[in-house]
Amino acid sequence: MSLLEIENLSLSIHGTDILKQVNLSVAPGQIVAVTGESGSGKSMTALAVMRLLPQGAVTDGAIRLSGSDLLNQSETDMCALRGAAIGMVFQEPMTALNPVKTIGDQVMESILIHKAMPPTRARDRAEEVLTRVGLPSDRFPLSRYPHELSGGQRQRVVIAMAIALRPKLLIADEPTTALDVTTQAQILELLRGLVTEFGMGLLMITHDLAVVADMADQIVVMRHGEVVESGATGHLLRNMQHPYTRMLFDASGHQVALPEPAQSQPLLEVTNVVRDYPLPRKSLFGSPGHYRAVDHVSFTLNRGERLGLVGESGCGKSTLTKAVLGLEEVQGGDILLDGQPVFSGHKPNLAVRRKMQVVFQDPYGSFNPRHRVARLITEPFHLLDAPPTNAERQDRIAEMLSAVGLSPDDAGKYIHEFSGGQRQRIAIARALIIRPELILFDEAVSALDVSVRAQILDLLVELCEAYDLTYLFISHDLSVVRTITDRVMVMRAGIIVEEGETESVFSDPKHQYTKDLINAAPTLPDIGRNVA
Amino acid sequence: MHSLVPQVSPVFLPVERSCWTRSACAPNVASMLRYALKRLISLMISLAVASVVIFAVIEVAPGDPASFMLGVNAQEDTLAALRAELGLDVSKVQRYFNWIGGMVVGDFGTSYTYRTPVSQMIADRLWVSLPLALYALTLSTAIAFPVGIYAAARRGKPGDLTVMGATQLGIAVPNFWFAMMLVLIFAINLRWFNAGGFAGWDKGVWTGLHSLTLPAIALALPQAAILARVMRSSLLDILGEDFMRTARAKGLSRRQALWRHGVRNALIPVLTIIGLQFSFLLAGSIIIEQVFYLPGLGRLVFQAISARDLIVVESVVMLLVFAVITVNFLVDLAYAAVDPRLRSRT
Repeated sequence: MSLLEIENLSLSIHGTDILKQVNLSVAPGQIVAVTGESGSGKSMTALAVMRLLPQGAVTDGAIRLSGSDLLNQSETDMCALRGAAIGMVFQEPMTALNPVKTIGDQVMESILIHKAMPPTRARDRAEEVLTRVGLPSDRFPLSRYPHELSGGQRQRVVIAMAIALRPKLLIADEPTTALDVTTQAQILELLRGLVTEFGMGLLMITHDLAVVADMADQIVVMRHGEVVESGATGHLLRNMQHPYTRMLFDASGHQVALPEPAQSQPLLEVTNVVRDYPLPRKSLFGSPGHYRAVDHVSFTLNRGERLGLVGESGCGKSTLTKAVLGLEEVQGGDILLDGQPVFSGHKPNLAVRRKMQVVFQDPYGSFNPRHRVARLITEPFHLLDAPPTNAERQDRIAEMLSAVGLSPDDAGKYIHEFSGGQRQRIAIARALIIRPELILFDEAVSALDVSVRAQILDLLVELCEAYDLTYLFISHDLSVVRTITDRVMVMRAGIIVEEGETESVFSDPKHQYTKDLINAAPTLPDIGRNVA
Repeated sequence: MHSLVPQVSPVFLPVERSCWTRSACAPNVASMLRYALKRLISLMISLAVASVVIFAVIEVAPGDPASFMLGVNAQEDTLAALRAELGLDVSKVQRYFNWIGGMVVGDFGTSYTYRTPVSQMIADRLWVSLPLALYALTLSTAIAFPVGIYAAARRGKPGDLTVMGATQLGIAVPNFWFAMMLVLIFAINLRWFNAGGFAGWDKGVWTGLHSLTLPAIALALPQAAILARVMRSSLLDILGEDFMRTARAKGLSRRQALWRHGVRNALIPVLTIIGLQFSFLLAGSIIIEQVFYLPGLGRLVFQAISARDLIVVESVVMLLVFAVITVNFLVDLAYAAVDPRLRSRT
């Protein structure tokens, strides 16, 4: 008998249909991955099992755990089940823990709220599960607060809370999406180990098909609230039936062919750059220490070249980006664009600044919601001494919107009328409108769905052909960097540990850290691509 | 469905606690002390700067206290003698240090108008104003916390809407109107309280508190309305946080999650408002003092300003600055007690 059986589950919230006739099942000791793009209803499916849906949700169908229908349980009964029979792990480890309580309290609460054992035994159990998830109490005492732990360690605490009572079913909603690849590999390994050890069923929600292919026994592909295809992993990967499944796998492994770089004079020259951040004083009159975020970094970016910068969070990627953009002064070294320093006399050099533009990660937060698109994408004009006016301005707006695949008519709209992918196109139009010599893409495709990401990558290639772009592409996503750059730098703890032609770095990494990164990244099986 | 719950023998827990590990209950003493020391140094600096500013501002105000006290027909040598007596004949720097040095040992100087020690005048008034402020603050907090939490837990429902409407009214209606209504109902009609005046503390704490009750309620109601709204919105922000969902996923009921994980996190903005309210209540209650004929600090300042009794004004203002800065210091300490992140950040 299945552990969890979802049968014809339909869900609407305030009259909007979210899920339509969803069917899936999880057996003990089995890992079932639910995948799909944003808005496919995968997280709502998970929350429906927990009965933690938002207000106004109406469900229909059946969710059976060991034969009993969860939809018929009273709220009190559900409270007794949550945390005891079903554990849940969420996406955002940084915010999933209460910042004012110790990790020991939070893990023990999982046990004590169910009155499963007296406090002294619960304390031992908390230590035991924290040790099991890789936080031994000699190094991570129960009295630690969440802010004293890294993201990966916090996710381990969340997992410890979820498994403290050995639930029969564990639900993990994008458990590794917010984590670095090496941490992701460790957390996935931990989850896999727990499933085997406790014979738990694991219902895993993830958009990352490489993770799915790596982890799951069963795959469920969802789209617009419906299950379009499901089956055993190996079988499904070999025999994809639904075009959407094929499209997803195709887009995940999307490859582009960049045009040959045009010239080879140096455009951006970074020499021995050092960036220190002051740390708070240890004692009242002691001198403040500093944290070296970028440590003697040197590189050259040639005109027409597409350079990648990869590394895990906290490695100094963003700090280096800010330094290149002239947003912050550096403590040592030179950054020259076209032979001119980006920062001179303790302030950014505007003449150089106008030759650079940047596209950020978050297509939702990087636009002023009260301005129309025309005003948003012409913002960089303020950098120019004589910005185009009237008809010329209109022409530039129309040209840019067309270049990024939107319509000139979109100029009069507000940003909330666009989807995430369209917003990122607008961000690219904003960066291109003053024809910068250099564009910085800071995790520019990381927040996008795979199909949208594939389209944006295609757009970049088109733009490279049309405008001979030179860019620095900063990302933690190795597969994207591999296809969209000519050369790549690998950064770790403020130092560039390896640099070279993208393909040769990926196929024959020299530095141990590069090897670790590449090994840790889950890869899509080839079968997915061959079939599609 | 008990069959679904893991088979562990249920052990009844006699007390509901939110803190299970002993080490976590006592905040890290060393980091807390370091934090307190830093705040204390910043407090000292603020006081020093404030004293210079107060002294300078009062100095530039036109009017010679000596000629004011003796009238326009005073002889020049009489004026000079009075100035010497009041300590006004030395340099400004000297006078500043005399003033500060006196205050440190509790000598605030002599009132220009009443010829009595300022410290005695202030102490008398403080014995009314300070208990009144604390009384009002206690009332407003006692009303605001449950009301704010109640409203947040029932967001959008009739209970919440009622609270929102009532607090809106509480903020809009001035406190002297409440004062008049309270006098009308409880003093004139029901005769539970006196309509005004202060009985003094020598007849017992209860008598003193009794005569401060109506003014404290009048002061507390608008403050409680503000505080309840802050509590509500702060708690609503917290209820949307990820860790609240985590708490629910552990098996906590909505109410348990709210009390164990919501309230403490929601306290930071509430503490800020409480600090501001105390400062306001200490000296800002002049209208209420007038309505109830209370000999408080507010009335003292008002009379001193009218009489150009600068030394009294100066001293009361300095005292209030001291109170505000001290309260802020206490609020800072409370922040750190509530939020461990603040302890380690500094």
